[in-house]
Amino acid sequence: MSELLVSQNGRVLTLTLNRPEARNALNNALLDQIALALEAAQQNESTGAVVITGNDRFFAAGADLKEMASLDMPATLNDPRPQLWARIERFNKPLLAAVNGYALGAGCELAMLCDIVMAGDNARFGLPEITLGIMPGAGGTQRLIRSVGKALAYKMVLTGEAITAQQAQQAGLVAEMCPAALTLEYSEKLAARIAQHAPLALQAAKTALRQAHELSLSQGLAHERQLFTLLAATEDRQEGIVAFLEKRPAAFKGR
Amino acid sequence: MTFILSDVQNGVMTLTLNRPERLNSFNDEMHRQLADVLTQVERDDTIRCLLITGAGRAFCAGQDLNDRNVDPSGAAPDLGASVENFYNPLIKRLAALPKPVIAAVNGVAAGAGATLALGCDMVIAARSANFIMSFSKLGLVPDCGGTWYLPRLAGRARAMGLALLGDKLSAEQAHQWGMIWQVVDDEALNDTARQLAVHFASQPTFGLGLVKKALNASEINTLEEQLDLERDYQRMAGRSEDYREGVSAFLAKRTPVFKGK
Repeated sequence: MSELLVSQNGRVLTLTLNRPEARNALNNALLDQIALALEAAQQNESTGAVVITGNDRFFAAGADLKEMASLDMPATLNDPRPQLWARIERFNKPLLAAVNGYALGAGCELAMLCDIVMAGDNARFGLPEITLGIMPGAGGTQRLIRSVGKALAYKMVLTGEAITAQQAQQAGLVAEMCPAALTLEYSEKLAARIAQHAPLALQAAKTALRQAHELSLSQGLAHERQLFTLLAATEDRQEGIVAFLEKRPAAFKGR
Repeated sequence: MTFILSDVQNGVMTLTLNRPERLNSFNDEMHRQLADVLTQVERDDTIRCLLITGAGRAFCAGQDLNDRNVDPSGAAPDLGASVENFYNPLIKRLAALPKPVIAAVNGVAAGAGATLALGCDMVIAARSANFIMSFSKLGLVPDCGGTWYLPRLAGRARAMGLALLGDKLSAEQAHQWGMIWQVVDDEALNDTARQLAVHFASQPTFGLGLVKKALNASEINTLEEQLDLERDYQRMAGRSEDYREGVSAFLAKRTPVFKGK
Protein backbone atom coordinates (compact mmCIF):
# COMPACT_ATOMS: atom_id res chain seq x y z
CA MET A 1 0.00 0.00 0.00
CA SER A 2 1.37 3.39 -0.97
CA GLU A 3 2.01 5.97 1.72
CA LEU A 4 0.33 8.63 -0.40
CA LEU A 5 -2.99 7.75 -1.99
CA VAL A 6 -3.87 9.79 -5.06
CA SER A 7 -7.36 10.04 -6.47
CA GLN A 8 -8.83 12.34 -9.08
CA ASN A 9 -12.49 13.21 -9.01
CA GLY A 10 -13.55 15.66 -11.70
CA ARG A 11 -11.14 18.59 -11.54
CA VAL A 12 -10.17 17.88 -7.94
CA LEU A 13 -7.13 15.82 -7.02
CA THR A 14 -7.13 14.37 -3.50
CA LEU A 15 -3.89 13.33 -1.81
CA THR A 16 -4.38 11.14 1.27
CA LEU A 17 -1.52 10.72 3.72
CA ASN A 18 -1.49 7.02 4.48
CA ARG A 19 1.05 5.99 7.10
CA PRO A 20 -1.45 5.09 9.84
CA GLU A 21 1.11 3.07 11.80
CA ALA A 22 3.29 6.19 12.06
CA ARG A 23 0.35 8.53 12.71
CA ASN A 24 0.99 9.93 9.22
CA ALA A 25 4.36 11.31 10.27
CA LEU A 26 5.90 13.30 7.43
CA ASN A 27 9.25 11.72 6.64
CA ASN A 28 11.35 12.87 3.68
CA ALA A 29 10.04 10.11 1.44
CA LEU A 30 6.43 11.15 2.02
CA LEU A 31 7.20 14.85 1.51
CA ASP A 32 8.92 13.88 -1.74
CA GLN A 33 5.83 11.99 -2.87
CA ILE A 34 3.62 14.97 -2.05
CA ALA A 35 5.95 17.24 -4.01
CA LEU A 36 5.95 14.84 -6.97
CA ALA A 37 2.17 14.57 -6.95
CA LEU A 38 1.79 18.35 -6.85
CA GLU A 39 4.33 18.83 -9.64
CA ALA A 40 2.37 16.38 -11.77
CA ALA A 41 -0.90 18.12 -10.87
CA GLN A 42 0.58 21.47 -11.86
CA GLN A 43 1.28 20.13 -15.36
CA ASN A 44 -2.10 18.44 -15.63
CA GLU A 45 -4.71 20.72 -17.18
CA SER A 46 -7.56 18.58 -15.91
CA THR A 47 -6.63 19.26 -12.28
CA GLY A 48 -8.02 22.55 -11.02
CA ALA A 49 -7.42 22.22 -7.28
CA VAL A 50 -5.84 19.80 -4.82
CA VAL A 51 -7.00 18.59 -1.41
CA ILE A 52 -4.54 17.08 1.08
CA THR A 53 -6.02 14.97 3.86
CA GLY A 54 -5.15 12.29 6.40
CA ASN A 55 -7.42 9.91 8.27
CA ASP A 56 -10.08 10.25 11.00
CA ARG A 57 -7.59 10.54 13.83
CA PHE A 58 -4.50 12.05 12.26
CA PHE A 59 -3.93 14.57 9.56
CA ALA A 60 -0.22 14.24 10.29
CA ALA A 61 1.19 14.05 13.79
CA GLY A 62 4.59 15.55 13.04
CA ALA A 63 7.88 14.82 11.35
CA ASP A 64 9.54 11.42 11.55
CA LEU A 65 11.50 11.64 14.80
CA LYS A 66 13.64 8.60 14.05
CA GLU A 67 14.75 10.17 10.81
CA MET A 68 15.43 13.47 12.52
CA ALA A 69 17.29 11.98 15.48
CA SER A 70 19.87 10.43 13.16
CA LEU A 71 20.94 13.84 11.85
CA ASP A 72 23.70 15.75 13.64
CA MET A 73 24.43 19.41 13.03
CA PRO A 74 26.39 19.07 9.77
CA ALA A 75 23.84 16.58 8.45
CA THR A 76 20.97 18.90 9.40
CA LEU A 77 22.74 21.74 7.58
CA ASN A 78 22.62 19.72 4.38
CA ASP A 79 19.22 18.16 4.99
CA PRO A 80 17.25 17.98 1.72
CA ARG A 81 14.07 18.69 3.69
CA PRO A 82 13.91 22.48 3.12
CA GLN A 83 14.05 21.81 -0.63
CA LEU A 84 11.19 19.33 -0.32
CA TRP A 85 9.08 21.94 1.46
CA ALA A 86 10.03 24.54 -1.16
CA ARG A 87 8.81 22.24 -3.94
CA ILE A 88 5.46 21.84 -2.19
CA GLU A 89 5.26 25.57 -1.65
CA ARG A 90 5.86 26.24 -5.35
CA PHE A 91 2.58 24.58 -6.33
CA ASN A 92 0.64 27.29 -8.12
CA LYS A 93 -2.95 25.96 -8.05
CA PRO A 94 -5.37 26.17 -5.11
CA LEU A 95 -4.30 23.78 -2.36
CA LEU A 96 -6.69 22.81 0.42
CA ALA A 97 -6.08 20.90 3.65
CA ALA A 98 -8.91 18.74 5.02
CA VAL A 99 -7.85 18.20 8.62
CA ASN A 100 -9.39 15.66 10.97
CA GLY A 101 -7.70 14.79 14.25
CA TYR A 102 -4.14 15.84 14.96
CA ALA A 103 -2.18 18.25 12.83
CA LEU A 104 0.95 18.60 14.91
CA GLY A 105 4.44 19.85 14.18
CA ALA A 106 5.20 19.26 10.52
CA GLY A 107 1.53 18.26 10.09
CA CYS A 108 0.45 21.67 11.32
CA GLU A 109 3.09 23.29 9.11
CA LEU A 110 1.78 21.39 6.09
CA ALA A 111 -1.77 22.51 6.84
CA MET A 112 -0.62 26.12 7.22
CA LEU A 113 1.25 25.95 3.92
CA CYS A 114 -2.05 25.12 2.23
CA ASP A 115 -4.19 27.98 0.93
CA ILE A 116 -7.37 26.95 2.76
CA VAL A 117 -7.73 24.77 5.84
CA MET A 118 -11.01 22.97 6.49
CA ALA A 119 -11.16 21.30 9.89
CA GLY A 120 -13.26 18.58 11.47
CA ASP A 121 -14.66 19.43 14.88
CA ASN A 122 -12.20 16.90 16.34
CA ALA A 123 -9.14 18.58 14.81
CA ARG A 124 -6.21 19.79 16.91
CA PHE A 125 -3.46 22.11 15.74
CA GLY A 126 -0.18 22.45 17.55
CA LEU A 127 3.56 22.88 17.31
CA PRO A 128 4.95 20.63 20.09
CA GLU A 129 8.56 20.82 18.83
CA ILE A 130 9.61 22.81 21.91
CA THR A 131 8.79 19.84 24.16
CA LEU A 132 11.43 17.84 22.25
CA GLY A 133 14.13 20.46 22.73
CA ILE A 134 13.79 21.70 19.16
CA MET A 135 11.60 24.25 17.40
CA PRO A 136 9.40 24.40 14.31
CA GLY A 137 11.59 24.13 11.23
CA ALA A 138 9.26 24.38 8.26
CA GLY A 139 7.40 27.63 8.58
CA GLY A 140 5.74 26.94 11.93
CA THR A 141 6.95 30.11 13.60
CA GLN A 142 6.44 32.23 10.49
CA ARG A 143 3.10 31.16 9.05
CA LEU A 144 1.42 30.70 12.42
CA ILE A 145 2.09 34.23 13.64
CA ARG A 146 0.90 35.66 10.33
CA SER A 147 -2.43 33.90 10.55
CA VAL A 148 -3.28 33.85 14.27
CA GLY A 149 -1.39 36.88 15.57
CA LYS A 150 1.29 37.36 18.17
CA ALA A 151 -0.39 36.30 21.41
CA LEU A 152 -1.60 32.89 20.33
CA ALA A 153 1.44 32.14 18.16
CA TYR A 154 3.89 32.75 21.01
CA LYS A 155 1.75 30.74 23.40
CA MET A 156 1.51 27.78 21.05
CA VAL A 157 5.16 27.74 20.03
CA LEU A 158 6.53 28.27 23.54
CA THR A 159 4.21 25.86 25.39
CA GLY A 160 3.85 23.31 22.61
CA GLU A 161 0.18 23.00 23.50
CA ALA A 162 -2.39 22.32 20.78
CA ILE A 163 -5.56 24.30 20.09
CA THR A 164 -8.98 22.99 19.07
CA ALA A 165 -10.57 23.37 15.67
CA GLN A 166 -12.92 25.96 17.10
CA GLN A 167 -10.07 28.03 18.54
CA ALA A 168 -8.19 27.66 15.27
CA GLN A 169 -11.17 28.94 13.33
CA GLN A 170 -11.67 31.90 15.66
CA ALA A 171 -7.99 32.73 15.33
CA GLY A 172 -8.05 32.61 11.53
CA LEU A 173 -6.05 29.44 10.96
CA VAL A 174 -9.08 27.50 9.77
CA ALA A 175 -11.57 28.66 7.13
CA GLU A 176 -14.43 26.44 8.12
CA MET A 177 -15.20 23.84 10.74
CA CYS A 178 -17.52 20.90 10.08
CA PRO A 179 -18.43 17.55 11.61
CA ALA A 180 -15.39 15.30 11.22
CA ALA A 181 -17.35 12.77 9.16
CA LEU A 182 -17.95 15.44 6.51
CA THR A 183 -14.61 17.28 6.43
CA LEU A 184 -13.19 15.60 3.36
CA GLU A 185 -16.47 15.67 1.48
CA TYR A 186 -16.96 19.39 2.14
CA SER A 187 -13.34 20.14 1.31
CA GLU A 188 -13.67 18.35 -2.02
CA LYS A 189 -16.91 20.21 -2.72
CA LEU A 190 -15.21 23.51 -1.99
CA ALA A 191 -12.24 22.50 -4.13
CA ALA A 192 -14.61 21.57 -6.95
CA ARG A 193 -16.30 24.96 -6.72
CA ILE A 194 -12.93 26.68 -6.87
CA ALA A 195 -11.70 24.44 -9.67
CA GLN A 196 -14.48 25.49 -12.02
CA HIS A 197 -13.12 29.03 -12.16
CA ALA A 198 -10.63 30.17 -14.81
CA PRO A 199 -7.28 28.47 -14.12
CA LEU A 200 -5.19 31.51 -14.97
CA ALA A 201 -7.31 33.75 -12.77
CA LEU A 202 -6.90 31.31 -9.88
CA GLN A 203 -3.18 31.17 -10.43
CA ALA A 204 -2.88 34.95 -10.56
CA ALA A 205 -5.08 35.44 -7.50
CA LYS A 206 -3.06 32.89 -5.53
CA THR A 207 0.18 34.60 -6.52
CA ALA A 208 -1.20 37.97 -5.43
CA LEU A 209 -2.40 36.60 -2.09
CA ARG A 210 0.99 35.07 -1.39
CA GLN A 211 2.71 38.36 -2.07
CA ALA A 212 0.72 39.94 0.74
CA HIS A 213 3.22 38.54 3.23
CA GLU A 214 6.28 39.34 1.17
CA LEU A 215 5.75 42.91 0.01
CA SER A 216 4.78 46.28 1.44
CA LEU A 217 1.20 47.38 0.79
CA SER A 218 2.10 49.75 -2.04
CA GLN A 219 4.32 47.16 -3.72
CA GLY A 220 1.61 44.57 -3.17
CA LEU A 221 -1.00 46.82 -4.76
CA ALA A 222 1.27 47.46 -7.73
CA HIS A 223 1.91 43.74 -8.14
CA GLU A 224 -1.79 42.99 -7.83
CA ARG A 225 -2.56 45.50 -10.56
CA GLN A 226 0.06 43.94 -12.81
CA LEU A 227 -1.52 40.52 -12.41
CA PHE A 228 -4.96 42.03 -12.91
CA THR A 229 -3.78 43.60 -16.17
CA LEU A 230 -2.26 40.32 -17.25
CA LEU A 231 -5.64 38.62 -16.97
CA ALA A 232 -7.11 41.23 -19.32
CA ALA A 233 -5.18 39.49 -22.09
CA THR A 234 -6.82 36.10 -21.49
CA GLU A 235 -9.67 34.52 -23.44
CA ASP A 236 -11.16 33.28 -20.21
CA ARG A 237 -11.67 36.81 -18.95
CA GLN A 238 -13.69 37.56 -22.06
CA GLU A 239 -15.68 34.36 -21.63
CA GLY A 240 -16.27 35.00 -17.91
CA ILE A 241 -17.71 38.45 -18.42
CA VAL A 242 -19.78 37.53 -21.49
CA ALA A 243 -21.20 34.46 -19.75
CA PHE A 244 -22.17 36.60 -16.77
CA LEU A 245 -23.94 39.12 -18.99
CA GLU A 246 -25.66 36.35 -20.92
CA LYS A 247 -26.62 34.66 -17.64
CA ARG A 248 -25.05 31.34 -18.55
CA PRO A 249 -22.26 29.29 -16.99
CA ALA A 250 -18.82 30.16 -18.29
CA ALA A 251 -16.76 27.58 -20.18
CA PHE A 252 -13.15 28.33 -19.31
CA LYS A 253 -10.28 27.02 -21.38
CA GLY A 254 -7.28 28.08 -19.34
CA ARG A 255 -6.13 30.56 -21.96
CA MET B 1 -13.74 0.46 48.31
CA THR B 2 -16.10 0.48 45.37
CA PHE B 3 -17.64 3.93 45.33
CA ILE B 4 -19.12 3.46 41.88
CA LEU B 5 -21.20 0.41 41.05
CA SER B 6 -21.76 -0.36 37.39
CA ASP B 7 -23.90 -2.96 35.79
CA VAL B 8 -24.63 -3.50 32.11
CA GLN B 9 -27.87 -5.14 31.00
CA ASN B 10 -29.88 -4.92 27.80
CA GLY B 11 -27.68 -2.17 26.41
CA VAL B 12 -28.05 -0.02 29.52
CA MET B 13 -25.28 0.76 31.94
CA THR B 14 -26.62 1.55 35.38
CA LEU B 15 -24.06 3.57 37.27
CA THR B 16 -24.70 3.88 41.00
CA LEU B 17 -22.95 6.46 43.17
CA ASN B 18 -22.14 4.29 46.15
CA ARG B 19 -21.05 5.95 49.37
CA PRO B 20 -24.45 5.78 51.04
CA GLU B 21 -23.14 6.51 54.54
CA ARG B 22 -21.75 9.83 53.20
CA LEU B 23 -24.87 10.53 51.06
CA ASN B 24 -22.80 9.55 48.00
CA SER B 25 -20.71 12.68 48.26
CA PHE B 26 -17.62 12.88 46.06
CA ASN B 27 -14.06 12.35 47.14
CA ASP B 28 -11.06 12.06 44.84
CA GLU B 29 -11.10 8.27 44.75
CA MET B 30 -14.79 8.23 43.84
CA HIS B 31 -14.08 10.67 41.01
CA ARG B 32 -11.33 8.40 39.70
CA GLN B 33 -13.60 5.38 39.74
CA LEU B 34 -16.35 7.35 38.03
CA ALA B 35 -13.91 8.44 35.33
CA ASP B 36 -12.92 4.80 34.71
CA VAL B 37 -16.53 3.72 34.35
CA LEU B 38 -17.22 6.60 31.96
CA THR B 39 -14.32 5.44 29.80
CA GLN B 40 -16.05 2.07 29.55
CA VAL B 41 -19.35 3.71 28.53
CA GLU B 42 -17.55 5.78 25.92
CA ARG B 43 -15.74 2.83 24.37
CA ASP B 44 -18.41 0.15 24.45
CA ASP B 45 -20.81 0.52 21.51
CA THR B 46 -23.12 -2.12 22.96
CA ILE B 47 -23.91 0.29 25.81
CA ARG B 48 -26.56 2.54 24.29
CA CYS B 49 -27.84 4.39 27.36
CA LEU B 50 -26.33 5.48 30.68
CA LEU B 51 -28.47 5.59 33.80
CA ILE B 52 -27.03 7.35 36.85
CA THR B 53 -28.52 6.96 40.30
CA GLY B 54 -27.51 6.96 43.97
CA ALA B 55 -27.33 4.18 46.55
CA GLY B 56 -29.29 4.58 49.78
CA ARG B 57 -31.49 7.57 50.52
CA ALA B 58 -29.55 10.31 48.70
CA PHE B 59 -28.70 10.87 45.04
CA CYS B 60 -25.51 12.78 45.74
CA ALA B 61 -24.57 15.39 48.32
CA GLY B 62 -21.86 16.95 46.16
CA GLN B 63 -18.31 17.35 47.36
CA ASP B 64 -17.47 15.54 50.60
CA LEU B 65 -16.53 18.39 52.91
CA ASN B 66 -14.64 16.01 55.19
CA ASP B 67 -12.05 15.96 52.44
CA ARG B 68 -11.96 19.72 52.51
CA ASN B 69 -11.00 20.37 56.10
CA VAL B 70 -9.62 23.87 55.96
CA ASP B 71 -6.77 24.66 58.32
CA PRO B 72 -7.50 28.24 59.48
CA SER B 73 -3.81 29.06 59.81
CA GLY B 74 -2.69 27.23 56.66
CA ALA B 75 -2.62 28.34 53.06
CA ALA B 76 -5.95 28.70 51.24
CA PRO B 77 -7.05 25.49 49.51
CA ASP B 78 -7.13 25.33 45.72
CA LEU B 79 -10.70 24.30 44.97
CA GLY B 80 -10.09 25.13 41.33
CA ALA B 81 -7.88 22.07 41.09
CA SER B 82 -10.64 19.58 41.86
CA VAL B 83 -13.01 21.45 39.53
CA GLU B 84 -10.41 21.34 36.79
CA ASN B 85 -9.34 17.75 37.37
CA PHE B 86 -12.64 16.10 38.22
CA TYR B 87 -15.89 18.06 37.88
CA ASN B 88 -15.22 19.80 34.58
CA PRO B 89 -14.06 16.68 32.73
CA LEU B 90 -17.05 14.80 34.14
CA ILE B 91 -19.60 17.30 32.80
CA LYS B 92 -17.80 17.61 29.47
CA ARG B 93 -17.73 13.86 29.04
CA LEU B 94 -21.42 13.45 29.85
CA ALA B 95 -22.31 16.21 27.40
CA ALA B 96 -20.10 14.71 24.69
CA LEU B 97 -21.30 11.13 25.20
CA PRO B 98 -23.14 10.24 21.98
CA LYS B 99 -25.89 8.37 23.83
CA PRO B 100 -28.63 9.40 26.22
CA VAL B 101 -27.75 9.93 29.88
CA ILE B 102 -30.56 9.60 32.41
CA ALA B 103 -30.35 10.72 36.02
CA ALA B 104 -32.69 8.90 38.39
CA VAL B 105 -32.64 11.25 41.36
CA ASN B 106 -33.67 9.03 44.25
CA GLY B 107 -33.17 11.50 47.07
CA VAL B 108 -31.38 14.70 47.97
CA ALA B 109 -29.16 16.17 45.26
CA ALA B 110 -27.07 18.92 46.80
CA GLY B 111 -24.19 21.04 45.56
CA ALA B 112 -22.34 19.29 42.76
CA GLY B 113 -24.85 16.45 43.18
CA ALA B 114 -27.63 18.78 42.07
CA THR B 115 -25.65 20.34 39.24
CA LEU B 116 -24.48 16.90 38.10
CA ALA B 117 -28.11 15.76 37.79
CA LEU B 118 -28.99 18.88 35.80
CA GLY B 119 -26.12 18.10 33.42
CA CYS B 120 -27.71 14.77 32.45
CA ASP B 121 -29.94 14.59 29.38
CA MET B 122 -33.10 13.38 31.10
CA VAL B 123 -33.79 13.77 34.80
CA ILE B 124 -36.42 11.71 36.58
CA ALA B 125 -36.83 12.46 40.27
CA ALA B 126 -38.55 10.70 43.14
CA ARG B 127 -41.32 12.83 44.66
CA SER B 128 -39.42 13.07 47.95
CA ALA B 129 -36.18 14.17 46.27
CA ASN B 130 -34.96 17.73 46.32
CA PHE B 131 -32.31 19.89 44.75
CA ILE B 132 -30.14 22.24 46.79
CA MET B 133 -27.70 24.73 45.30
CA SER B 134 -25.86 24.78 48.59
CA PHE B 135 -22.67 26.37 47.28
CA SER B 136 -23.54 29.95 48.18
CA LYS B 137 -24.05 29.08 51.84
CA LEU B 138 -20.35 28.20 52.05
CA GLY B 139 -19.24 31.20 50.08
CA LEU B 140 -18.72 29.14 46.92
CA VAL B 141 -19.96 29.18 43.34
CA PRO B 142 -22.14 26.48 41.75
CA ASP B 143 -19.75 24.26 39.81
CA CYS B 144 -20.12 21.05 37.80
CA GLY B 145 -21.85 23.15 35.11
CA GLY B 146 -24.33 24.69 37.54
CA THR B 147 -24.02 28.29 36.47
CA TRP B 148 -24.36 27.25 32.83
CA TYR B 149 -27.25 24.83 33.09
CA LEU B 150 -29.31 26.64 35.73
CA PRO B 151 -30.22 29.80 33.79
CA ARG B 152 -30.86 27.72 30.68
CA LEU B 153 -33.17 25.34 32.51
CA ALA B 154 -34.88 27.61 35.02
CA GLY B 155 -34.48 31.04 33.48
CA ARG B 156 -32.36 33.84 34.86
CA ALA B 157 -34.62 34.95 37.71
CA ARG B 158 -35.04 31.49 39.16
CA ALA B 159 -31.40 30.62 38.57
CA MET B 160 -30.34 33.71 40.50
CA GLY B 161 -32.73 32.94 43.32
CA LEU B 162 -31.71 29.32 43.55
CA ALA B 163 -28.00 29.98 43.36
CA LEU B 164 -27.90 33.05 45.63
CA LEU B 165 -30.25 31.70 48.33
CA GLY B 166 -29.08 28.11 48.28
CA ASP B 167 -32.48 26.93 49.48
CA LYS B 168 -34.01 23.54 49.00
CA LEU B 169 -36.07 23.05 45.83
CA SER B 170 -38.58 20.21 45.81
CA ALA B 171 -38.65 17.77 42.90
CA GLU B 172 -42.24 18.90 42.20
CA GLN B 173 -41.16 22.51 41.95
CA ALA B 174 -38.17 21.65 39.79
CA HIS B 175 -40.54 19.82 37.48
CA GLN B 176 -43.02 22.71 37.37
CA TRP B 177 -40.17 25.01 36.45
CA GLY B 178 -39.15 22.75 33.60
CA MET B 179 -35.77 21.90 35.09
CA ILE B 180 -36.34 18.15 35.05
CA TRP B 181 -38.27 15.74 32.84
CA GLN B 182 -40.51 13.90 35.26
CA VAL B 183 -41.45 13.37 38.92
CA VAL B 184 -42.73 9.97 40.00
CA ASP B 185 -43.71 8.38 43.29
CA ASP B 186 -40.67 7.16 45.18
CA GLU B 187 -41.46 3.48 44.74
CA ALA B 188 -41.96 3.94 40.98
CA LEU B 189 -38.63 5.69 40.35
CA ASN B 190 -36.52 2.63 39.61
CA ASP B 191 -38.97 1.06 37.21
CA THR B 192 -39.75 4.29 35.39
CA ALA B 193 -36.10 5.19 34.91
CA ARG B 194 -35.16 1.65 33.89
CA GLN B 195 -38.01 1.47 31.40
CA LEU B 196 -36.91 4.70 29.77
CA ALA B 197 -33.30 3.51 29.67
CA VAL B 198 -34.21 0.18 28.08
CA HIS B 199 -36.34 2.05 25.56
CA PHE B 200 -33.39 4.26 24.60
CA ALA B 201 -31.13 1.22 24.28
CA SER B 202 -33.35 -0.11 21.50
CA GLN B 203 -33.51 3.18 19.62
CA PRO B 204 -31.32 4.62 16.81
CA THR B 205 -28.44 5.58 19.06
CA PHE B 206 -26.36 7.27 16.37
CA GLY B 207 -29.26 9.57 15.58
CA LEU B 208 -29.98 10.21 19.25
CA GLY B 209 -26.34 11.13 19.73
CA LEU B 210 -26.61 13.68 16.93
CA VAL B 211 -29.85 15.09 18.39
CA LYS B 212 -28.07 15.56 21.69
CA LYS B 213 -25.03 17.17 20.05
CA ALA B 214 -27.25 19.50 18.05
CA LEU B 215 -29.26 20.61 21.08
CA ASN B 216 -26.08 21.20 23.05
CA ALA B 217 -24.60 23.20 20.19
CA SER B 218 -27.74 25.33 19.95
CA GLU B 219 -26.85 26.87 23.30
CA ILE B 220 -24.01 28.78 21.71
CA ASN B 221 -24.85 28.87 18.00
CA THR B 222 -26.67 31.54 16.05
CA LEU B 223 -29.73 30.43 14.06
CA GLU B 224 -27.66 30.45 10.91
CA GLU B 225 -24.92 28.31 12.41
CA GLN B 226 -27.48 25.96 13.84
CA LEU B 227 -29.23 25.57 10.48
CA ASP B 228 -25.90 24.60 8.94
CA LEU B 229 -25.34 22.13 11.75
CA GLU B 230 -28.77 20.59 11.20
CA ARG B 231 -27.92 20.16 7.53
CA ASP B 232 -24.63 18.46 8.41
CA TYR B 233 -26.12 16.17 11.05
CA GLN B 234 -29.10 15.29 8.86
CA ARG B 235 -26.68 14.38 6.12
CA MET B 236 -24.82 12.09 8.52
CA ALA B 237 -28.01 10.67 10.04
CA GLY B 238 -29.40 9.94 6.58
CA ARG B 239 -26.40 7.72 5.90
CA SER B 240 -26.86 5.64 9.06
CA GLU B 241 -27.96 2.02 8.97
CA ASP B 242 -30.72 2.81 11.44
CA TYR B 243 -32.31 5.34 9.12
CA ARG B 244 -32.52 2.75 6.35
CA GLU B 245 -33.95 0.27 8.80
CA GLY B 246 -36.45 2.83 10.10
CA VAL B 247 -37.72 3.66 6.62
CA SER B 248 -37.93 0.08 5.42
CA ALA B 249 -39.70 -0.98 8.62
CA PHE B 250 -42.16 1.89 8.19
CA LEU B 251 -42.89 0.94 4.58
CA ALA B 252 -43.17 -2.76 5.45
CA LYS B 253 -45.37 -1.89 8.45
CA ARG B 254 -43.15 -3.79 10.86
CA THR B 255 -41.27 -2.85 14.03
CA PRO B 256 -37.78 -1.57 13.24
CA VAL B 257 -34.75 -3.28 14.73
CA PHE B 258 -32.19 -0.56 15.36
CA LYS B 259 -28.51 -1.35 15.84
CA GLY B 260 -27.47 2.09 17.00
CA LYS B 261 -25.28 2.69 13.92
